[in-house]
Amino acid sequence: MNQTMTLSHDLHRDDEASKIGMWLFIFTELLLFAGLFIVYGVYRYLNPVAFHLAAEELSVTVGTYNTIILLVSSATMAMASTAIRLKNKGMTLLLLGITLFIAFMFMVNKFFEWKGKFGHGIFPGSDDLLRLGHGDTLFFGLYFFMTGLHALHIIVGFVLITIVAVRVNNNTLTADNPVLLDNSGLYWHLVDLIWIFLFPLFYLIT
Amino acid sequence: MSNQETETTHVSFRDVKSKYKGIFAWIFSTDHKRVGLLYLYSIVSFFVVGVLLGAAMKLELMSPGKTIMDPQAYNAIFTLHGVIMIFLVVVPGLPAVFGNFFLPIMIGAKDVAFPKLNLLSWWVYVVGALVALSALFAGGGPPDTGWTFYAPYSFKTNTNMLPAVLGAFILGFSSILTGINFIVTIHRLRAPGMSWFRLPLFPWTLYGTAWIQILATPIVGITLLMIVGERLFNIGFFDPALGGDPILYQHLFWIYSHPAVYIMILPAMGVISEIIPTFANKSIFGYKAIVISTLAIAFVGYFVWGHHMFTSGMSGTALYTFSFLTFLVAIPSAIKVFNWVGTLHKASIQLEAPFFWAASFLFVFMIGGLSGLALGALATNVHLHDTAFVVAHFHFIVFGGVGFAFMGAIHYWFPKMWGRMYNTRVATTGWIFFFIGFNTLYLPMFFLGIDGMPRRYYDYVERFHGPNIVSTIGSWVMIAGIIIILVNLIRGAKYGPITTNKNPWGGKTLEWEVDSPPTLENFEEIPVIDRSPYDYR
Repeated sequence: MNQTMTLSHDLHRDDEASKIGMWLFIFTELLLFAGLFIVYGVYRYLNPVAFHLAAEELSVTVGTYNTIILLVSSATMAMASTAIRLKNKGMTLLLLGITLFIAFMFMVNKFFEWKGKFGHGIFPGSDDLLRLGHGDTLFFGLYFFMTGLHALHIIVGFVLITIVAVRVNNNTLTADNPVLLDNSGLYWHLVDLIWIFLFPLFYLIT
Repeated sequence: MSNQETETTHVSFRDVKSKYKGIFAWIFSTDHKRVGLLYLYSIVSFFVVGVLLGAAMKLELMSPGKTIMDPQAYNAIFTLHGVIMIFLVVVPGLPAVFGNFFLPIMIGAKDVAFPKLNLLSWWVYVVGALVALSALFAGGGPPDTGWTFYAPYSFKTNTNMLPAVLGAFILGFSSILTGINFIVTIHRLRAPGMSWFRLPLFPWTLYGTAWIQILATPIVGITLLMIVGERLFNIGFFDPALGGDPILYQHLFWIYSHPAVYIMILPAMGVISEIIPTFANKSIFGYKAIVISTLAIAFVGYFVWGHHMFTSGMSGTALYTFSFLTFLVAIPSAIKVFNWVGTLHKASIQLEAPFFWAASFLFVFMIGGLSGLALGALATNVHLHDTAFVVAHFHFIVFGGVGFAFMGAIHYWFPKMWGRMYNTRVATTGWIFFFIGFNTLYLPMFFLGIDGMPRRYYDYVERFHGPNIVSTIGSWVMIAGIIIILVNLIRGAKYGPITTNKNPWGGKTLEWEVDSPPTLENFEEIPVIDRSPYDYR
């Protein structure tokens, strides 16, 4: 096994290494959110009633809608990995395009959701929130911080997939070297996975 | 990569032609050796700044009352000293300099797994450093919280916290990128025949370190980001007035920052494990025990963070558990010390500068480690918490451990890195000054701490005067040592005699088989490994 490793290094390309590197990076991303999950857990334990009531303020419909479209985008991203291996450039670009469109739609929903909350005077440091009490302050503080950080990851994923699409389009990313597409896919699934945790924590547990 | 360069016979990696000119040939180079040297120059520069800040503190403490600065300046200086030394010098220190330079060579590879990512990590480091240091010049004045950024003061103070915290956050990414790179490199690029138990010990410790970097750094990343959120948006995570809990900040901070001391000390142990067998001219005693204890430290070290918070308010069960685990983590470190001493037993020892550093490492590391047990025990901790004793313990471990190993490493690998030799007699003189100065500086702090002198105060009562004078004088002797060492090394790198011998110390690991300095891709042909790394007899 060692021989093949050095051989691939001579060519300055080792797809297996890129995959391992990406998985390790994904691990660090999960740990980044894990710190926030701990904080969420602690404050939910300390303020059970306030967290319960505050969660009812969020729209389950919008949350469910965002969950469904994000899951669909993960599927299209995975299909793009297959399509490029089948040398179907048109299909790959179409699937990446759908993923990008869904990412955009997710952000649009998020924008209106946040805008609604801001309209009701609920944002970090607002007077209305301070009047509601400690539990609500922490719940919405965590809500904005965690969904905000997640939205930041959506934007990074959007940029990443755009780069992949451009490279597929000008034929620098093909069936021979799909590792960038695969790794972007892994990243996108991570973004999806984090949302799968955020959705029940903020919208469903009431 | 310019393959044609290496085929035209032995061109040093310093002389390789690049498409960039001058300094750009370095700061845009993906060669792991150049990246390692970039880190060396940046880290040594920050180290000098950190030393000067430390010397200013010692000067202030030479006599009671205001000596050269007011309390606010003192608070700012110990914060900057901590931030610079921890985040810019000691955490990246050994892995980023000697890990980058020697890891690929020691495992028989031409470069790290991701050379571009490697260069990126240096750039991220530089950006993080600049952001952190901009705290000095932008409005509000330099931060004054100490390097731990404890809440709620870190978001209540009017000083310029934001750049310092953001800088530390960015530096964390640099650390993570290096960690990922090293893990993948060790998994994928070992030369044929180099099984896990033929891996030299410095790469082994880098492997353990890289895992801690990956597993712990994200936690401090998110914690620092929460402090940023607190300051910018007044969220209330750690603000009691808004329902938050400052103790939770301490937990999250130490979940990273305790493992971080193992990020610092493990590579130092790796360096010592390389130097000792070479100068003892003897196989290392208990190779497997050292490997397993390295991994054990990396693992157990993750679960002892609570011992920083014995006086912060935790349940009795938590106190006992953390204290017990702290004692447990001392065992693998002690195993290593026995192994190093065992290696020296009945050896024919070559008395050279790198060996002096390694031997004195054992001395200061023992003092640092055993004083750590005094702090890990619950009863004594309550007495010693937040006193000069903690400062002495910490500096014996981190400066004594990592600093001595760093000095040992640079004297050990110097002929390989520059292809020239420093003046060995001056090197030994520098070590004597440093060693005496170091002990004179920090030993009195143990006694001051037991006597009750608190740390982080710019002033003290009259009865602490004597030991403080001794300590300040020690800092001058140590700085004299640092100057001698630096001048000697810089002179050696520029004008020292060119080493014709690839292996001046008689080492057995792979880096002694390549040219001094190595060529661009280190090996013309990847070696096949058929023996253990310390095959002396």
